Parts: sequence; C-alpha cells; structure tokens
Amino acid sequence: MPLELADVIAPPEGADREYLWTLNFGPQHPATHTTLRLILTIDGEVVVKAVPDIGYLHSGFEKLGEHLDYNQYVTIVDRMNYISPVANEIAWHHSVETLLGIELTPRCKYIRTIFAELMRIHDHLLCCGAAALDLGAFTAFLYLFAQREKIYDISEAASGQRFHPSFTRVGGLLRDVDDQWIDKVRAFVRGFPSVYADVCRLLNRNRIFVDRTRGIGVLTREEAINTSATGPIARASGVTRDVRKDRPYLAYKDFDFKVICATTGDCYSRYLVRMEEMLESIKIIQQAVENLPAGPVNVDVNSKVVLPNQSSVYRSIEGLIQHFELIMPNRQWQTPCEEVYASTESPNGELGFYVVADGSGTAYRARTRPPSFIHFALFPRLIVGHQVSDVVAVLGSLNIIAAELDR
Amino acid sequence: MTFDAVVNLLRQRFGAERITTSQFRDNQRIHIPADKLHGIMECLHRVAGFDLLTELSAADYLHYPDARDRYGVWYVLDNTQSGERIVVKTWVNDPEPTLASVYHLWNGADWMEREVYDMYGIVFEGHPDLRRILLPDEFSAYPLRKDYPMRGKGERHNFPAITRAQS
Repeated sequence: MPLELADVIAPPEGADREYLWTLNFGPQHPATHTTLRLILTIDGEVVVKAVPDIGYLHSGFEKLGEHLDYNQYVTIVDRMNYISPVANEIAWHHSVETLLGIELTPRCKYIRTIFAELMRIHDHLLCCGAAALDLGAFTAFLYLFAQREKIYDISEAASGQRFHPSFTRVGGLLRDVDDQWIDKVRAFVRGFPSVYADVCRLLNRNRIFVDRTRGIGVLTREEAINTSATGPIARASGVTRDVRKDRPYLAYKDFDFKVICATTGDCYSRYLVRMEEMLESIKIIQQAVENLPAGPVNVDVNSKVVLPNQSSVYRSIEGLIQHFELIMPNRQWQTPCEEVYASTESPNGELGFYVVADGSGTAYRARTRPPSFIHFALFPRLIVGHQVSDVVAVLGSLNIIAAELDR
Repeated sequence: MTFDAVVNLLRQRFGAERITTSQFRDNQRIHIPADKLHGIMECLHRVAGFDLLTELSAADYLHYPDARDRYGVWYVLDNTQSGERIVVKTWVNDPEPTLASVYHLWNGADWMEREVYDMYGIVFEGHPDLRRILLPDEFSAYPLRKDYPMRGKGERHNFPAITRAQS
C-alpha cells in the first residue's frame, strides 16, 4: 500500500500546533540542482522538521557492477559523482588493484594524483560557486565555472572525453599523456590563483554571503564523527582526518601539502575549507607536474592484468593471445576468492569500494561508500531551527550530488 | 588499541571459539556471530574507541564458492584518535534475516542500514525508522539479492502510472 504523506510526517510534539504546515521542496527545484526531495514542516519561516525523500535517480549501479567486468564498470562509476568523474574512477580501480595486489608504475601514480587533485578543484569550484549562486551571488559562480571549463579541456586532451573520461584501467591508464597536456595543466595552475583571489574578494567578506552562511547549519565535532561524516564537511567541524595523509595511496607520500581544518562547522567554514583545499591541490599538482617520472604508464604486460599495445596484438601471437585472454568473458583476470575495502579521499569525502571477488573477471559485489548519501542523512539535523531560506545554504554547503546519492 | 588487543578483549568477553579473524591486504577482519553483534559493537565503540562507522553494507553469497551462509554484513570501523581500522563481519540467513541495529552507537548507521534493508531485506532490530530508502515503498522485491534478475521482474513496466487525463 502506498505510503501517505501524513504517515511519513508524524505530527511534531504538541500536535495541537495546527498552524504548522508542510512544504514540499523538490524533486524539481532550481536550488536542489538535482532530483532530491525534502518534506519540510514549517512554523512560520522556521523549519521544525525535515524529512528527505530520495531515490528519484536510483538506477541500480551496484547491480550493474555485478555484471560488468573490472574495466567496463569504470564507465558506470564515472556517472556517480559526475562533478568529479575521474576521482570515482581512481577510487574504483584503487580498490580493484588492492584486490589484485597490483603495484602501479610511478608515472601512472603521478598522473592519477594530478587528476585526483584536478578533480578536487573541479568539484570544489562547482560546490562553492553553486553555494554562492543559490544565495544570489551570480558573478562568483561564473568566475569559478570558467575555471571548470579549463579542467574539462584537460580531461579532453587526456582521454578525448570532456564529461565522462573513463580514463583509468586496471593496472594503468587508457593512454599516456603528452607534452601538450602537461602544458595545459601548467597553464591552469598558473591562471588559477588570480581567479581564486577574485572570488575570495567577491565572497569572503561579502556581507550578504557571510550573514547567510555564518552560524547556519552547525555540525559539532562529536556529531560529525558519530554520523560518519568525512571529507571537507568533517574537517570543517574539526575532525582532522584525511585519507591522503592517514593511509597514503597513489603518490601522496611524495608531496608536501596541508590538511585544511576549521572548528566552527557552519556553512561558512565548510565554504572556507573547500576554498583553501583548492590551493593545497594546486600545490600538489605543481609538485607532481614538475617531478613527473618518465617510464611506462601501465604495469608490465606479463603480469596479465593490462591489455598489450596495439602493435603487439597485430604483429605477435603472444600479444594476440594475451589480448584475447583479457577480453573474453570466461577468461579475464584471475582474482582471489577474497574481498577488500579500499578508500580514497574524493573531493566530497571518503569514497571507498568494497569489492567481493569470486575468481572471475567480474565483481561478485561492488559496493560503493558514497559520501553524498551519508552526508545527506545529516541534513535534517543541520536545518532544524533555521529558516526556509537557509535550506539552500545548507544544501549548497553539503554538496549533494544526486547521481551519487541514489546510484 | 592494536588489532590483537581488540581481538583478545572480545575473546575474553564473548568467548574465544566464536570469534575468528582473517586478513587480506591491509584489511584486518573480525568475524563474529550475529547474535552477539550488539554486545560486541558496544564494546568496540565504548571500550576499544572505534568512534567512526565508515561503512556498513552487505552482500548476498548465494552463488559464492564455498559459502555456508547467505548474507554477509560488514562494518568498517575507524578510530579517529589512533587511525586504526577494522572490518567486522557477520552472517545472517533466510527466512528472516535479522540483525541488531547499531544506530544507537553510531547515528551514521541510520541510512546505511535502511539501504541494506532496501536492497537485501535484512531487518535491523532497534532501528528507529526502518523504511525503504531508494526504492518506492510499494516495491516488493529486494533487488540486490542474487536471485533477482538484473533486468528486474517487470516492476518498471507494470508500475501504476497516472496519465495526464487522470491527474
């Protein structure tokens, strides 16, 4: 039997308060940016209760993960957090490579690190821009989005695809990057600080922006830990946790960078943490580009986890057999009958995959730990007691991506 | 508290023979019986200091090689002070897969348990609001179970839709 709206919203304490009314926010609303729905109970302008209703974009990604092989599924994880697609790919293949016990080549690690950090900037640019946009600051959004465009160009130069690059492969990358790509990254790194400074001038001391974000949606440190918050949201509340430092993966051990934290835990500090993180990412990219090691991007072809290059497939019998072995659905990778949880620091928080392997080349279970899903559960406790107009401020600061939320 | 210390603590309190460990790569796992879940989790949270529930989910081991139980549920726990991580794993079976909820220890379990219930039909006793979360309430199957086909059982095509004239 379908659930009635009245069943979902139990009357708040003091049910005689008949002046309370219900506001349906979404699923189609310009400020939700994607399809998510909130059922708000309102006392005048004050939100008394919020019930998120999600699932509008559920498309069974995890079921698909049990039917697509370890390389094919990368095109699906791309579409989870489509604001920072390569970060998802890196997380997925990080788990698969942990499962298979593959040690990447130094060049591959560096290129992946550059991409991971570019994606962090990519994500934070949109999050900060959209948070400002929802509060009426349109200019900052345009300034930041212009920078996103440059990262799209970098993705395109590397993989040929702007939005869903599907750039990683088990044991390596789709292809190596060239000097032109490196010049593009360098140009981006050079140009970014001036735009960053412009946006700081536009927003950081902007009276309207500060009034509408400071003290709004406060998450204490204890709450942040108790509710499994990670990433910039937890760090804005004073949790000094960063997977890049705590369990270093890729090449993060080689670089000098800071973990940005704040203690207030309100929307404004979440915005500031994200802005500062972008500068740290620029530092990492700079170090990685200038020290990019030479050598192959894929692991040794004899390890039988990567496809051989085209010329050896066409010109040698060994190459052809190896290509065939990896492509045929009944051959592919030899996986252990084991399971592993490995996580990365995605722009939004800890993004991990719990992969259960059954010996075949397809995951038996490919569970995503989606940061958006876990952070959206925080929303009701952040918004209660604030005004209806603060809903967009809190939503913007949580950076909920519905495709990742619903998968 | 090191991994061995945690295991010893649990063995002392909950019986040595029912708690086993395993390791794969850097994942250190503790396998526990489902009926002791609540006590063990409380001990891990309050005594061993695992204050962050990073991840909670399940898998259906129906066709898995050498699997004895049907559903495996895992909890990835972190200690934010010391940076230690353990994976706690337990098993439940048909016809009524039931586990104790850990919501009261980690509020973050709220939606994660709801998702497991939604996808596998595992009931978490003590959860304050166990409803479907991603699928519609009137959906009758548990789609991530291995006996559920990838293309569905026709729910999508037979879903009662309202036409423009009826609305």
